[in-house]
Amino acid sequence: MSDDVWIIGISMTPFRRYDDKDLMDLGSEAALGALDDAGVTIHDMDVLAAGCLAEASSGVGQRIQKQIGQTGIPVYNVANACATGATAFRVAYLSIKAGEADMGLAVGLEQMGKMGMLGASGRARTGEPQEFKPSGRYGAVMGTEGILGTNLMPGTFAQTGMEYAYEHDGVSFEQFAKVAVKNHAHSTLNPLAQYQKEFSLEQVMGAEMIAYPNTVLMCCPTGDGASAAVVVSSERLRSLPTEVQRRAVKVSASVLTSDPYVDGGLVHFDVNTLTRQAADKAYELSGVAPSDLDLVELHDCFATAELCHYDNLRLCEEGGAGEWIDKRGPWRDGEIPVNVSGGLLSKGHPLGATGIANLYEVATHLRGEAGDRQIEGAKVGMTHVIGLGSACAIHVLEKSAV
Amino acid sequence: MAEQVPMVDYLAIDGDHPHLVANACVKCGATYFDRRNACASCGARSFERRDLADTGVVRAFTIVYRAAPGVPAPFASAVIDLDGGGKVKANLIDVEPTPDHLRLGMPVKLATFVAGTDDLGNEAVAFGFRPS
Repeated sequence: MSDDVWIIGISMTPFRRYDDKDLMDLGSEAALGALDDAGVTIHDMDVLAAGCLAEASSGVGQRIQKQIGQTGIPVYNVANACATGATAFRVAYLSIKAGEADMGLAVGLEQMGKMGMLGASGRARTGEPQEFKPSGRYGAVMGTEGILGTNLMPGTFAQTGMEYAYEHDGVSFEQFAKVAVKNHAHSTLNPLAQYQKEFSLEQVMGAEMIAYPNTVLMCCPTGDGASAAVVVSSERLRSLPTEVQRRAVKVSASVLTSDPYVDGGLVHFDVNTLTRQAADKAYELSGVAPSDLDLVELHDCFATAELCHYDNLRLCEEGGAGEWIDKRGPWRDGEIPVNVSGGLLSKGHPLGATGIANLYEVATHLRGEAGDRQIEGAKVGMTHVIGLGSACAIHVLEKSAV
Repeated sequence: MAEQVPMVDYLAIDGDHPHLVANACVKCGATYFDRRNACASCGARSFERRDLADTGVVRAFTIVYRAAPGVPAPFASAVIDLDGGGKVKANLIDVEPTPDHLRLGMPVKLATFVAGTDDLGNEAVAFGFRPS
């Protein structure tokens, strides 16, 4: 790859303290300024990288898209101390160098408040009477969680599952619960799972209700963990020892999407459209069809989510997720084994680790090294993760002769 | 003197017909409840205020039993398809929050309630949807 990369538009806001603008105002102003300077629009971008430290874990890139244009392109949220902005720029640069993007947008933004050089911690309470004052982009005078609906995770994913039920007659609490029965059963074969205990359908449905229809056994636990991978080019692989080459697993597709604009997408996150788009792209890039998959590790943060993803990943017929679990399609002995690791529900979900941990699971099966839980003869697998805000990453791995 | 203020600025409580007001893109008509920099659908940068209907149907709901601190539970949260366009998330009110009493697709109507009071006696008015 010796083609150069060029800057065609660039912009900055004046730097000062802004009491009348929020982080999104600043980021949007800079982003739109650069796009206008280049004479292009957000619809011309193939990639977005957003660098921000103070709000690094809040999906800053997706929040910018929700102000200036949701086109479903991959979004990378970048944090690298004071090198954050330049690192965001490098992400866009690398995407073009890799041939995955022709045009990209990098935004660096920060709103530091009155931290001072030593990074002070919070405002002191003044002891004055507190009066309702509208604040933020919705002019809220007090916290809205639980008063104007719920946006916490269990309730959000419950509403997503219920929306699937609204659109497809007959999908029931029982079918959502069957997902958890499956994954907890699968986990008993996985020594790396946080929980390795089976539960009956009655136990799952009768457990403490968190957010209907998700009972506590249908919610992933919090926990700790890490996962890591070493990747290499084909050319370099050829120079490595035979044993390394024998155990190498090919990445046939690596796809990242964000949530494209849909009516109501700011009211309730749509986790379906971006998953379908990522899946279709992954199938196209890899040349693999859903029926070729020997196993899938998908993002069952809540049992209701997994059911929707059978449909989104096209593992079952459109609208047929409920029927599919009824006939045991996703069980380890079924048509397409889903979450034989136990899934997030039982294996656990240390947030940053999961995306590589499910690659570990599929790769281990493809190498024939999964012990008691090995899916016999596994040659092709898919991994899927979703981050709310949103981002979806899908990988297709294959064991092919080198 | 104590007064009633809307909990969020997209709720209009003046007069006897409380309703939601959205920012509508002048170019493509997409509606939003938040303050906007541009349209997330078409990229246009101008908006006008648009009144939304106060009736709709439930397209999704959940019943939250384990709620955030200070929030009375159980409560039902729902995504409502508003008649004539727009979606909103709110609680289902004036109905028992149990699976037997709630139905996907049920028709609902907006109603307001007082959600809190500040130190000066001002009341924050919130909205929910009740079965109609």
